[in-house]
Amino acid sequence: MTKETKFAFDDTSVVVIVGSGAGGGTLANELAQRGVKCVVLEAGKHFTQADFENDEWGMFNKISWLDKRISAGGWHHTKTYPNLPAWIVKGVGGSTIHWSGVALRFQEHDFRTRTHYGTVEGANVLDWPITLKDLAPYYFQAEKKMGVTGTQASGLPAMPPNNHYKVIDVGARKVGYKQIIRPVASNSIPYDGRPGCQQIGFCMQGCKIGAKWSTLYTEVPRALATGNVELRPESMVLQIVHDKSGKASGVLYMDKDGKRQLQSARVVCVAGNSIESPRLLLNSASSMFPDGLANSSGQVGRNYMNHATAAAVAIHRKPVYMYRGFDIAAVVADEVTPDTQRGFFGGYYLEGLALHLPYTAAFMKPGGWGRDVTSALEMYDHMSCVWVCGEDLAREQNSITLHPTEKDQYGLPIPIVTKTYHANDDRITAHGLVQWRKLSEAVGATRVVDMPAYPASHNMGTNRMSAKARDGVVNRWGQSHDVKNLFVSDGSQFTSSSAANPTLTIVALAIRQAEYIAGAMNRREL
Amino acid sequence: MTHDSRLTVATAPETTSPAAVPMRMLDKRPQIARRSFLRGSGLGALGATVAPLSVLSMAPASAQAQSFPVLGAETGNTLVRMARDIFPHDKLPDRYYLHAEAPYDAAAAKDPALHALLRDGVEALDASAMKLYAKPYVQVPTEPERVVLLQAIEGTPFFKKIQGDLVTGLYNNKELWPLFGYEGSSWQKGGYLTRGFNDLDWL
Repeated sequence: MTKETKFAFDDTSVVVIVGSGAGGGTLANELAQRGVKCVVLEAGKHFTQADFENDEWGMFNKISWLDKRISAGGWHHTKTYPNLPAWIVKGVGGSTIHWSGVALRFQEHDFRTRTHYGTVEGANVLDWPITLKDLAPYYFQAEKKMGVTGTQASGLPAMPPNNHYKVIDVGARKVGYKQIIRPVASNSIPYDGRPGCQQIGFCMQGCKIGAKWSTLYTEVPRALATGNVELRPESMVLQIVHDKSGKASGVLYMDKDGKRQLQSARVVCVAGNSIESPRLLLNSASSMFPDGLANSSGQVGRNYMNHATAAAVAIHRKPVYMYRGFDIAAVVADEVTPDTQRGFFGGYYLEGLALHLPYTAAFMKPGGWGRDVTSALEMYDHMSCVWVCGEDLAREQNSITLHPTEKDQYGLPIPIVTKTYHANDDRITAHGLVQWRKLSEAVGATRVVDMPAYPASHNMGTNRMSAKARDGVVNRWGQSHDVKNLFVSDGSQFTSSSAANPTLTIVALAIRQAEYIAGAMNRREL
Repeated sequence: MTHDSRLTVATAPETTSPAAVPMRMLDKRPQIARRSFLRGSGLGALGATVAPLSVLSMAPASAQAQSFPVLGAETGNTLVRMARDIFPHDKLPDRYYLHAEAPYDAAAAKDPALHALLRDGVEALDASAMKLYAKPYVQVPTEPERVVLLQAIEGTPFFKKIQGDLVTGLYNNKELWPLFGYEGSSWQKGGYLTRGFNDLDWL
């Protein structure tokens, strides 16, 4: 065991990384492997696999980010989840503890939405400053690192089909779908020092055996083992501070004892997920940057995307026991190819996603009651369940803003998460729900219950990449247009959402960004 | 090894082919109630009186009365009846609904606002029952009639509180799960790798 590395508060040579999830955890390890010294500040606790329980509500209460947030705008969350707009994790490993494991690449057009879609009324669509070709080698590295099943990069065979997969797969083929896939970052066989999946079925409660990839037990311990990284859990970053020249010089944070500490930095990388990252930049306003750090464009906290989503359960003639086995069943990819004949831009995946009984009762019909609800729940064992994951168009008014008066336990203004779906989003989810119904009825489902979107687990776009400084917050490397040594390293740098679950792309971007930062530091550009 | 090897379950043998073993189905019938019924029949056959059955039917009510020292038995009875009307599962005995409502009593003892919300909510519900059916809520005989009363209050903080808490109070009760064909925690049994994750045989 390597001796724990410690860095002094006034050490101006370190890269400070805010967050330890898919972006921050990966970036820390990739930098550490290149010899770069890092301090990782993580707001949450350092849980271990011993803390994981096969218990939906038990784990919800243990690991979720439950600091107060306010849902605003036109989405149903203002009523159903008024203080839980987003469902993410507060802990070392971030949301890679509870992510479902779906690892899909973006497609070529996803980086070129403005070019492909043209101007979309009521949306703020923009091309990324990078292409699929730029990212492809990093996708390969990410798939290898994470052990994505069925990819050339990992060499891992497909996850063996479970009952839930079979029901969806057969239904999908009966209605003519052909691209039934399941690229998941969970070991179908032992890989990279971690065991094969035991089909436990509580993937989103933290994988008890570590078969599913999470930075908690891969990137973070490997980063620490290099001796180049210090991890400080329960450290909530309050503000990024800068010097007279406008360069980031450190971060002010509240440590686990509630004491304020100032950590100096050569480079600061923000990876706190798409609500906390823009919130931190907005909270870092100063006389030099009155609208918030890195915000000369006014785009910090704007263009909040969380995918066009809905869910549904289908009740079958005989039991399915969808909870038995890996949480993600079949993923239908046929609808992801853009085809405006369907009445919308972009596309979507139909992702079989198992819920256990307690969550099914909570999310099937929030606020619902009576025999309409209970007659369905009594057929829980006969259910299959889908999550429609579609492209969400960037809109400026969908945003993360700061509450004018209300503050949280750290003394920071409460974030307000404002979201109103674009008509395109509504058309995507409606189409997806109809297709799910057809697919389910094709295998004899007797009842299909449409469900509203869950609290958002895919949060993107609030510090977006842009070629021009006026259109976004960061450049092609995730580097702030305004502050050279400030980087955004999470999904908030996404310019478009695509229909793909974001984690694989966050990891690919983090690997690429680490290569750039290490190089730029060597060249003394940073 | 980066994972905690203590948590790793022994590597499972190759999974058996689904065709060889029939699908592992679960019996969702309420086992305890069935045994009680059989026992009652047996006693009846031996010439016993109906006493065992009357004890069975009395037991939940007295348990209910004892569960609400702060809110009172009448309020408690109304909350339990209301819980069943909100999430009616005919196969569930009252104790599951009581299990969900009983914690309100201790909570109300510590929280005057909650106490007032429950007391006033039940009072208002009874008042509307009196107005419409000339009976307090628990004595309104049919579920559809009581549902009419609940529909009239479903937007109130009182109803939302009861309904919202029931989502976990009822469905997160591990004792209830087998009645819905749900098995709960599985890692300690090695997951489902050899216990039917892929045994579906009816497609």
